[in-house]
Amino acid sequence: MIKTTAQRIYVALIFIFLYAPIATLIVLSFNASKTRSKWGGFTFKWYASLFEDEKILQALGNTLLIAFLSASIATVIGTIACIAMQNMKRKSRTIIMGITNIPMLNAEIVTGISLMLLFIILGFKFGFMTILLAHITFNIPYVILSVMPRMKQLNPSTYEAALDLGASHTQAFFKVVFPDILPGIVSGFIMAFTMSLDDFVITHFTKGAGIDTLSTKIYTEVRKGIKPEMYALSTIIFVTVLILLLLVNYAPKKKQDTAAVK
Amino acid sequence: MKKSIAILLCTVLLGTILTGCGSENDTPNGEVYVYNWGEYIDEETIDLFEKETGIKVIYDEFETNEAMYPKVEAGASQYDVVCPSDYMIAKMIDNDMLAELNWDNLPNAKANIGSQYYESSEQFDPGNKYSVPYCWGTVGILYNTQMVDGPITGWADLWNEKYEDNILMQSSVRDLFMVGLKLNGYSLNSTDPAELEVAKNSLIEQKPLVQAYVIDQVRDKMIGNEAAIGVIYSGEAIYTQRQNSNLEYVIPKEGSNVWIDSWVILKDSPNKENAEKFIDFMCRPEIALMNFEYITYSTPNDAARALIEDEDIRNSEIAFPDLSKYDLETFSFLGEEADELYNNLYKEIQSSSN
Repeated sequence: MIKTTAQRIYVALIFIFLYAPIATLIVLSFNASKTRSKWGGFTFKWYASLFEDEKILQALGNTLLIAFLSASIATVIGTIACIAMQNMKRKSRTIIMGITNIPMLNAEIVTGISLMLLFIILGFKFGFMTILLAHITFNIPYVILSVMPRMKQLNPSTYEAALDLGASHTQAFFKVVFPDILPGIVSGFIMAFTMSLDDFVITHFTKGAGIDTLSTKIYTEVRKGIKPEMYALSTIIFVTVLILLLLVNYAPKKKQDTAAVK
Repeated sequence: MKKSIAILLCTVLLGTILTGCGSENDTPNGEVYVYNWGEYIDEETIDLFEKETGIKVIYDEFETNEAMYPKVEAGASQYDVVCPSDYMIAKMIDNDMLAELNWDNLPNAKANIGSQYYESSEQFDPGNKYSVPYCWGTVGILYNTQMVDGPITGWADLWNEKYEDNILMQSSVRDLFMVGLKLNGYSLNSTDPAELEVAKNSLIEQKPLVQAYVIDQVRDKMIGNEAAIGVIYSGEAIYTQRQNSNLEYVIPKEGSNVWIDSWVILKDSPNKENAEKFIDFMCRPEIALMNFEYITYSTPNDAARALIEDEDIRNSEIAFPDLSKYDLETFSFLGEEADELYNNLYKEIQSSSN
């Protein structure tokens, strides 16, 4: 009895620590007063002015577009890299794996500044493309990290069997190998997407004038106090993600059951 | 499954092509790249400037002088106009990064900016060769009249034991040492180890009385009656007073810091003429007034100040103190060695268990 109550309290505490900050932010997004220490009544006005604020919406658009594009491109490149590494000798595979892991351990600020210097030397015009290239660069290792274990679990004989049965190399890959590594690819994509979504440091150094993502936009507001519109936007993002997660977790139950039967 | 991958690849490619190409410019009168603090301009003034001159403004924002400097120095984007603070302007002049202004192209800046601000600017820009003041303010004490006995007049009141656990100090190194140095009658740009030692000891002595060392939370905490006294920038003081009428702002009698953020043009600016047009446009009285009302930090533009309708604000001692009445200094760039000395002493304060 005591044990179960203790367990419950423990779990409750964890959830409070995790969600109290988000709850505060959601409450503040409905606060009519601009300061956080005074409750000025309930209002939707920040939500209304959010949708009139072109700059914030543009930053949101940039953020989502860059996250989607960089995650997609990195997923393709990363998966192809994994296929190549799988067919290498053990020694060269470990070396390549080590090289791709280093950027992840590297401090973000170092990656950011080195990319900036590289782009300057190459004479690139700083803007959307430089941010996108930078994000693809730091996303690739995360994709490799999540696809590679799946790749290792593969039984190479299934691929060979497919070839023996008359499939072409591409057919064999898409019909046999791809379905098996798909979970790894999907989780790699999601990881890359979130990494890109909340990156600040690298974006700060590789962005040009006149383009902002949400993180850089929010950060420039630090000196004068963050606008309540940002609370409203964060609330909307949180609720959207929550709904998506609920859908993902409840909808495909049937599919899993059939998979289990198989 | 194959299909969905094909679709994915197509969108990716299409997206890259579209975004890669869309940046051809169609601006007959050229462009100007502006790098300013976040939330530091009324965006409508930019639209007005573009409409009138046909010059396209590419506007970008930074959050601290220190974040701005490496980006400008590396030349990642070709900025033309930047708005750094006093000590950073001195550093940029030192490193030969700024272009001298042609005052013939800046009639509004010459006529409308008050002479006392040009005089203060001489501290970091001797001869007023490089900078046009844009916003300025002082650092002082904000106090809650309901929570203190009698008016607060100087830094010494922050050492009064009555206010134990009710004092908010700034946490950045220079702002904190400024208080300690001024309390003891030294210059806030002191690099004398003996003077800094005295300041450090004062600050350690004060430590038990301080509720928290913070940056921008002073504003919110004071509005919420969470502390009686706080060190704050004058620009925030007007805003906090509107939220909580018990708050009072004072420039300490021992003297304090005055800061100025000014427009400068970078040496390798490709659009120098447009940059001067932009700066001069921002110095027009109506435009400066719009910006003052948006930012609420004091404007050095006397012509704009005369246009302020609200008499309380126009004559406010907070927004527009008479600079000659107080002992005010700007921060100057002290060099690496002094920076290290400050940082070491700062660590001693932080780690002291007093």
